[in-house]
Amino acid sequence: MYYGRYLLRYLQNEILVLPSRVIVLVFVASLVAFPLISQDPNLLRMLIVTALFSLYAVSWDLLSGYTGQISLGHALFFGSGAYASALLSSHLGLPPYATIPAGAAVATLAGLLVGIPCLRLRKHYLALATLAFPIMLTGLVLAFPGFSGGEGGIWRIARLTSTRIEEYYLIVGVMLVAVFALWKVAGSRVGLIFHSIREDETAARALGINTVRYKLFAFALSGFTAGVAGALYAHSSAARIVAPGVVLSLFMSFQPVIWTIFGGAATIYGPITGVFILYPLLDTLNVVIPKYRMLVFALLVLFILRFMPHGISTWIRDTIERVCPSCQVRNIATRRACRACGVELRHMQP
Amino acid sequence: MVASILVNGLVYSGVYAMLALGFGLVFGVGRVLNLAHTAFYMVAAYGIFYFASTGFGMPLAVVLTTLGIVAAGIAVYKLFIEPVREMEATVLIATLAVAVLLQELVLVFFGNEPRHVPPALSGFTQVVGVRVGNQEMVTLVVAALSLIGAWFLLSRTKLGLAIRAAAQDREVANLMGINVNQVTAIVMGLGLLLAALAGIAVAPLFTVEPGMWMNPLVIVLAAVVLGGLGSLKGSLIGAVILAFAEVSVVFLVPGGSYLRTAIALLIMVCVFFIRPEGLFGSSIAEER
Repeated sequence: MYYGRYLLRYLQNEILVLPSRVIVLVFVASLVAFPLISQDPNLLRMLIVTALFSLYAVSWDLLSGYTGQISLGHALFFGSGAYASALLSSHLGLPPYATIPAGAAVATLAGLLVGIPCLRLRKHYLALATLAFPIMLTGLVLAFPGFSGGEGGIWRIARLTSTRIEEYYLIVGVMLVAVFALWKVAGSRVGLIFHSIREDETAARALGINTVRYKLFAFALSGFTAGVAGALYAHSSAARIVAPGVVLSLFMSFQPVIWTIFGGAATIYGPITGVFILYPLLDTLNVVIPKYRMLVFALLVLFILRFMPHGISTWIRDTIERVCPSCQVRNIATRRACRACGVELRHMQP
Repeated sequence: MVASILVNGLVYSGVYAMLALGFGLVFGVGRVLNLAHTAFYMVAAYGIFYFASTGFGMPLAVVLTTLGIVAAGIAVYKLFIEPVREMEATVLIATLAVAVLLQELVLVFFGNEPRHVPPALSGFTQVVGVRVGNQEMVTLVVAALSLIGAWFLLSRTKLGLAIRAAAQDREVANLMGINVNQVTAIVMGLGLLLAALAGIAVAPLFTVEPGMWMNPLVIVLAAVVLGGLGSLKGSLIGAVILAFAEVSVVFLVPGGSYLRTAIALLIMVCVFFIRPEGLFGSSIAEER
């Protein structure tokens, strides 16, 4: 009873006061409740892929948005997670609950293996060196078709669960828990250090931060998250097949960048906004106007970035909320006085 | 074998060098990592295919294609890239969106099937006992002439001086009375001119298809950073190294056509481990 009242008061005082928090609450609730409204297999499939890709996009945001180590080869982590679990599943017949952690472990290792040599590189050099890795892995996959399935990829991978509803809840649950955990990490001291490395690495080093260790940690964490997404993707009913043309392609590497920049970088919620807008849109366009879908998609991205260069979620947040100039607490834009310290908020430009 | 590696290597070197020079110039002066650069090269190949098939003469077709590409490219730059130029990640995605847009426009107008452009000169010539296709010679001559022209412009004219100054330090060049924004637009046009000429020169040699911009983009990016970002000499040498690596892999390794890009990029990564700033990049990491 006491906890119920506490929860209610928390809801009223901490969540309902800010529109962005209400949006997050409504989003999570509708994601959880979605199968009650519709059990259309196509819609569920679309949402499963969207959830997986939002995990993938968040992993990019963590490495490149926060730490500033722009990775243009993120498909390496997604692909190595997907390939490791698919290969273990098809060659050794291991069940998904064993292959998915193995896939995530391989992707973490890939993150470290890429991270260590890339410590020497900066900015554009780093971005272009990372671009090379998934292409090199593609070359390896194609060079050993007997083991890896070659260009056709790996077929008949064991399913995650027997029904699609179970799979939906499993994947959406993993996504929500993982994103919440990463959001906590990003908001902690570690996240602050990531920001400082992006802003000025030399200054961060001068302050006694072991930037090498934190950069490697960012690589490993990002690789792990992308690997989980990739391994789940390999076993989900959305994929059915793991082929280099899909999971290791150049487009797969660029997709998380598109989603994150579109949604707003270095925010965690930005990439999720980006994926949940862009992926269903692309999927719908594929049904409505398949011939012009990428055309419309590219034009939309171009125009949104032209007018909201910091990303759509950042733009929305800055429009509906205002930061109090005196105590830095966020307020809904319609308030006249700050909810924490009562300072007058009107007549002020953000 | 050696002869075909040499001839093909030279052709690829010329093409990559033209693309890498334009890309490097745009990056050096405008600080824009233009992922749409090779997409314009692809559109140029389609342009020459279209004008050649509608029966214009070859010279007119070349002029129309290059003018169209340069005008379209500068318009795109002014509309979408220049307003967000300060934000690097946004520029990256905006130029990528432009590339996808161009690919899709080509798909809508020309369809997905590979096209072929008739060679400007057919037949073969014996050069020191080696049979070399005349079209290969034409491509090489075009590449050589445009590179010499670009070199002349950059090192012997006042505009070239302004371009080099803006590439070295944008702010100081601005203080010296150079209109940096205008120079950036001119460089963009110059880079697109080189890309368009490259596309026209290779159209008769390669199959023309909407996806033909991806592979050169990866190689050009690799060549530019291999040579050291901002060093034009470096990007030319990088282009030659990667072109010969690619061609040798295709001819010498069984199943090499799968591995060609992978090997080229492996070379780039190996160079990075020895010299993180590329072959000719400045070792002092100056932030701008």
